[in-house]
Amino acid sequence: MLLGPSLALSAILFSLGVAGVLLRRNAIVLFMCIELMLNAVNLTFVALAQLHGASGYVMVFFVMTVAAAEAAVGLAIIIGIFRHKQSVDLGNINLLRG
Amino acid sequence: MTEVVFYIFAAAAVLSATLCILQKSPMASALWLVSTMFSLAAIYVLLNAQFIAAIQVLVYAGAIMVLFLFVIMLLNLGHAESDLRGPSSVAATLVIVGLLSIELLALTHYSPRRLASELSQWPTYTDPATAFVAGQITQQEGAAHGVVMAVAAPLFQVYLIPFEITSILLLAAIVGAVVLAKRNV
Repeated sequence: MLLGPSLALSAILFSLGVAGVLLRRNAIVLFMCIELMLNAVNLTFVALAQLHGASGYVMVFFVMTVAAAEAAVGLAIIIGIFRHKQSVDLGNINLLRG
Repeated sequence: MTEVVFYIFAAAAVLSATLCILQKSPMASALWLVSTMFSLAAIYVLLNAQFIAAIQVLVYAGAIMVLFLFVIMLLNLGHAESDLRGPSSVAATLVIVGLLSIELLALTHYSPRRLASELSQWPTYTDPATAFVAGQITQQEGAAHGVVMAVAAPLFQVYLIPFEITSILLLAAIVGAVVLAKRNV
């Protein structure tokens, strides 16, 4: 069954993803950390689907679809930013800062 | 035996994720993230979700990470200087992540038995086998008709409308990506 250890692993991976988002300034690495968090949530769904039935697997399916859409649009935005600033460092992107 | 394999892959996943967020080069980060995803796929197999494990390798490690690698190579970011934030940000991150992991690790105490007794009307002992019938049915369905059908049946029956909406989301993402990445809109 391995429910408790799976939830613990999911918690650790999610925390590592949050740490990455807060620590890094590279926009692409930031996106990868978001993917890491989505993976941690998927692990929770799969672990609990052992008890609650196949709805958890369907949710994992939807999370993967949203992750794919988010990665495609987000990376297109990063390419657009790179054309303007010649950099993907979030420290340089401060147009909305007053 | 299953537990030993689980802990090996769990350690591999945590190690790869740590290296992923600490590597200077985005390319190395991406490859360590692929390693994390492969470890997670192995864990999905241990949790009786073979179809999800295959999708994880195909879609995540295959498609999404290749997209990331393409963008890293396209923008020529292979050898960047360190982009870690300053010491005050690191301290704040440690505090936030510490609190968050304490909260989330409280979930570790959940066992099927405790979940069953909390979900049942009476706070007494309830057998997980009677409280979680849906999981048992899914297991039996997987054993009888294959693991793909156990996922496909709810996807195309109960969740048909969300599944169709997903296709609209993907269409919007494709159009959005093309419009955003085009040079002259």
